[in-house]
Amino acid sequence: MHEAIWIIPLAPLVGAYINGKLAALYARRGRGPSEKLIAAIGVVAPLVSFVVACSVFLHFRGLEGAERMVIVDLFPWIVSGNLNIGFSLMIDSLSMLMVLVVTGIGTVIHIYSVGYMHGDRGFARYFAYLNLFMFSMLMLVMGKNLLILFVGWEGVGLCSYLLIGFWYKDLANAAAGKKAFIVNRIGDFAFLIGMFVLFVATSRMGEGTLDFVALRAMVSEHPQAFAATATAAGILLFIGACGKSAQIPLFVWLPDAMAGPTPVSALIHAATMVTAGVYMVTRLSFLYLQSDVAMAVVATVGAFTALFAATIGICQRDIKKVLAYSTISQLGYMFAALGVGAFSAGIFHLMTHAFFKACLFLGSGSVIHAMSGEQDMFKMGALGKKMKITALTFIIAAVAIAGVPPLAGFFSKDEILLYTFTSHLQPLGMVLWGLLFIGAGITAFYVFRAVFLTFFGERRYTDEVAHHVHESPLSMTIPLILLAVGSIFAGFLGVPGVLGGSNHLHHYLEPSIGLLAAHGDDVSHAVAAGHASQSAEVTLMVLSVLAGLLGIFVAYILYIRRPDRPAQLTMKLGRLYHLVYNKYFVDEAYDAMIVKPGYLISNRFLFNLVDVKIIDSIVNTIGVGTRLMGSLFRLLQTGVVRTYAFFFLIGILYVIYKMVG
Amino acid sequence: MDLISTVTFLPLFGAIVLMFFPREHEGASRVFSFLVTVVAFFLSLKLLYGFQTNADMQFVKDMPWIASLGISYKVGVDGISLFLVLLVTFTMPIAVLSSFRAITDRVKEFHVCMLLLETAMLGAFVSLDLFLFYVFWEMMLIPMYFLIGMWGGKRRIYETIKFFIFTMIGSLLMLVGILYVVFQFKAQTGTLTFDLFRLYDVQLSAQSQWLVFLAFALSFAIKVPMFPFHTWLPDAHVEAPTAASVILAGVLLKMGGYGFLRFAMPLFPEAALRGAPIIVALALIGIIYGALVAMVQKDVKKLVAYSSVSHLGFVMLGLFALNSIGVTGAIYQMLNHGLSTGALFLLVGIIYERRHTRLIEDFGGLTRVMPWFAVYFMIVTLSSIGLPLTNGFVGEFLILLGAFKANPMWGIVAAIGVVLGAIYMLWMYQRVFFGEITHAENENLKDLSGREIAVLAPIIALIFFMGIFPNPILRRMEPAVDKFIERVVEKRVARESQAGFEEFVVENDAGAGEVR
Repeated sequence: MHEAIWIIPLAPLVGAYINGKLAALYARRGRGPSEKLIAAIGVVAPLVSFVVACSVFLHFRGLEGAERMVIVDLFPWIVSGNLNIGFSLMIDSLSMLMVLVVTGIGTVIHIYSVGYMHGDRGFARYFAYLNLFMFSMLMLVMGKNLLILFVGWEGVGLCSYLLIGFWYKDLANAAAGKKAFIVNRIGDFAFLIGMFVLFVATSRMGEGTLDFVALRAMVSEHPQAFAATATAAGILLFIGACGKSAQIPLFVWLPDAMAGPTPVSALIHAATMVTAGVYMVTRLSFLYLQSDVAMAVVATVGAFTALFAATIGICQRDIKKVLAYSTISQLGYMFAALGVGAFSAGIFHLMTHAFFKACLFLGSGSVIHAMSGEQDMFKMGALGKKMKITALTFIIAAVAIAGVPPLAGFFSKDEILLYTFTSHLQPLGMVLWGLLFIGAGITAFYVFRAVFLTFFGERRYTDEVAHHVHESPLSMTIPLILLAVGSIFAGFLGVPGVLGGSNHLHHYLEPSIGLLAAHGDDVSHAVAAGHASQSAEVTLMVLSVLAGLLGIFVAYILYIRRPDRPAQLTMKLGRLYHLVYNKYFVDEAYDAMIVKPGYLISNRFLFNLVDVKIIDSIVNTIGVGTRLMGSLFRLLQTGVVRTYAFFFLIGILYVIYKMVG
Repeated sequence: MDLISTVTFLPLFGAIVLMFFPREHEGASRVFSFLVTVVAFFLSLKLLYGFQTNADMQFVKDMPWIASLGISYKVGVDGISLFLVLLVTFTMPIAVLSSFRAITDRVKEFHVCMLLLETAMLGAFVSLDLFLFYVFWEMMLIPMYFLIGMWGGKRRIYETIKFFIFTMIGSLLMLVGILYVVFQFKAQTGTLTFDLFRLYDVQLSAQSQWLVFLAFALSFAIKVPMFPFHTWLPDAHVEAPTAASVILAGVLLKMGGYGFLRFAMPLFPEAALRGAPIIVALALIGIIYGALVAMVQKDVKKLVAYSSVSHLGFVMLGLFALNSIGVTGAIYQMLNHGLSTGALFLLVGIIYERRHTRLIEDFGGLTRVMPWFAVYFMIVTLSSIGLPLTNGFVGEFLILLGAFKANPMWGIVAAIGVVLGAIYMLWMYQRVFFGEITHAENENLKDLSGREIAVLAPIIALIFFMGIFPNPILRRMEPAVDKFIERVVEKRVARESQAGFEEFVVENDAGAGEVR
């Protein structure tokens, strides 16, 4: 059974194809199959993947470390010169975890979508795109080489583009989709170059390859020889990750991406696609470990993004935008972990985040659904009474992200903070810890600000809206409950030793991370484990919990006890508030510095001056013949085509005659 | 007749028969020429079927033609020209079928031109004799002049002249070059021959080799077209009828790259290496420049035309990377460009037939009224911007990797073109297909008809097939590509030992890159 891992990506592809056909037929004929059929196909496809993934997982249970590996070479894909790229899939411990997260949470979100998208004209199209996304994402995490990973990488980008612009009649949505694709392409540009660097470097050492297994073996064999390559390729590939995972300076597309349907935001723009960069860096951990520079870049960008995005999250009015900036910030935490060598901590946070952030997004979707599309939190309030399940699950997820023990976010975030603090890259590690620590407090604040504004306090909407407010259907609340349960318990997979746990997840991932065990145990572990005394570890833990609680408390004071204060504060802070509220004007800066000048130069200078005025005038004045030929051609034009064709034919006949004769 | 000659001359034969058709029976002319092109396509598949994966010229037919001048009728295909021949025979039925409703004036003559053009293009790809090649090369131009000049748009006369000036200059220079090479060869060996493979051994002084290479290169560069010789292309496309645009973009533009590959580079390897930095520079400028200018176009067809300048810059870059990955990628990209740009022109033609405008601002929101059209357009767009699992990705990736191997800066600059490609294509797509319908005329547009789907579906199928299974094609190309590189590089190495070329050795090291 476990050799059939190709079923995992194939099932959603088949689903996408069938629903795509149905969508196209529906669009043409104006009527089509029932939503039930479409939903059944759409939900069963990822479910099949999930079941197969579980069977592989069970198969893995009996195996030791490096034996947990299934490889399927389907067919040679691109072969030319010394380039030999196979269409090959692989599942090892790391991929296993990713596949389970993607298919598990993916299936849940597909179920939620059935209720959320009910009655939409594009119902079939929606599920086709969503299944296509599952296919691409699974290719990404199961690819055995960088190029198959890139297939998924671009594929998820395409699906993201299609789904952000799902309601394409509103040009703003379509523009947001396009922006996402293009910003990602800028990252992909660096990603491509990074691949080239790796390939050329390995070619020089004998065998050019982009295969993860082969690369890891090569790097393990000669770690020192890869130092320069690791820096160059590592940074370039990370720029690609900055695009996909919305890190500074390429994060600008993610907030706009909230234009898509909310389940899409949950699945693609929170739980799975945006974590692709984290997965990719972890997948290449053996390479990154060879370059302190590349690692420092990853950690620094991650930590700065974590704090930067969190501050923007404070001022947003739109509930989805709060969650979007929160996602950017949380991804920053993951990268910070990777950068200090705590790869399993990064993946741990990726997993817990997938639960609680998907839960938050779906919860916000449930609210938006009930409020007939309203997303401004300042027009909500007191929804908790009417939407008990939504409110409860949302609060559970909020507590989890705030880092309150014993919920999921506490364990994973705490591990990240610990490892940055004890990183061997000092004093950088301390600085990063400081940023992340402040970020933790702010995270708790903005997420509880959202909780209080949405579910508590006074009602700030009209009676008419109030009339419609209702708890969402079961197809939506059951996924919420499932994800909330995950938000509570997922953390127990990684309970640290100091709290009496044994950090299962860390051990499970070990075989996939760092150099091959036979070669460089000491290197990977020294970096990853970063030792601190037990008392220091406990102190850090207490501090981060306190930061979270403080954030919650401040939010409570400002939005429940003294709801008049925020407005006064805004007034007081004036300019600063304005700056943060407008997201530091990054979009505007890009527009003024790159987009507009680029267009102007292309239009005024390149096209109208160089092409039309310079080159064409030269051509038009070339030789004396221009006008002459003009008149000559006029003569030709007055003739009958047949005459010319006839002469032409005579010539050809002569040629043939000579040839045969 | 042998297989290659049959495929090549079948359309000509069809054209002769078609001439005797009564002028009133337009439908008969259409169906007849369509059938001829379809038969030619199936015959050409026998070439693919019988092709052995090795570096040799196959299906070779060699017989004296004008013996007194050393001119022979020599044709054959290798792994490079085989697929270009297939590209011609595949594109022609599609182009003919696409013209069924668009061409209503002088229908018979139109199809005669189309069939003559097919023979000329096939002939140029299979010729192994320089004179024969030149005959077909010139023969291609005549029907093309007529196609643009008679069935074109409003400014067609001006454009035909522009096209004429550009291509005539190139052709004449090439003719001079051919004659020079032939006479030099005669002076050296005493044999008068136009046989390409024998002429490969011609010995030229550095200076004269450089000049002759420039003559050939200019002729081919205009055809490609490379910056700054590209300005005839957008205008020719805008005026040309859809079918002619499809052939122009799909096949004719490949002549330039093919000319470099078969003639200019193997005949004059030292000069080719000496010129490589210049040509690569122009290719890189073309990639970026074409993309930026495409971005600001208001007319969809012009946008696609400028995108061709950018895409063909990739092709030239791959060729002059001079390693097997880059060259393979370049040839693959020629096929891709033929398919995806051909398809884009078909799509633009389809909407033009309905609305008689191609301005982007006249559209918007078309997805709602023409969903199938939108889907097909999207798939072709994705192929054009090189999304993985479409054909475009394979070509672009190989070219960029090959270029990067030769010189990292080349790969990096060219990769910027990939980003720009996404910008201009998706921006155009958004303005044409998304949003609300803003022009009342667009409310009642009809979606694709059965005939239009029949025109597009084979291309769509190939876009995916060539993206997922490129290897059957790459594998067949590889030996011929290796032989080409060997010829260009080894000939140079052999000559270096003869002294007199030291100056190039130094210069060429940068251009030769990984070749050694």
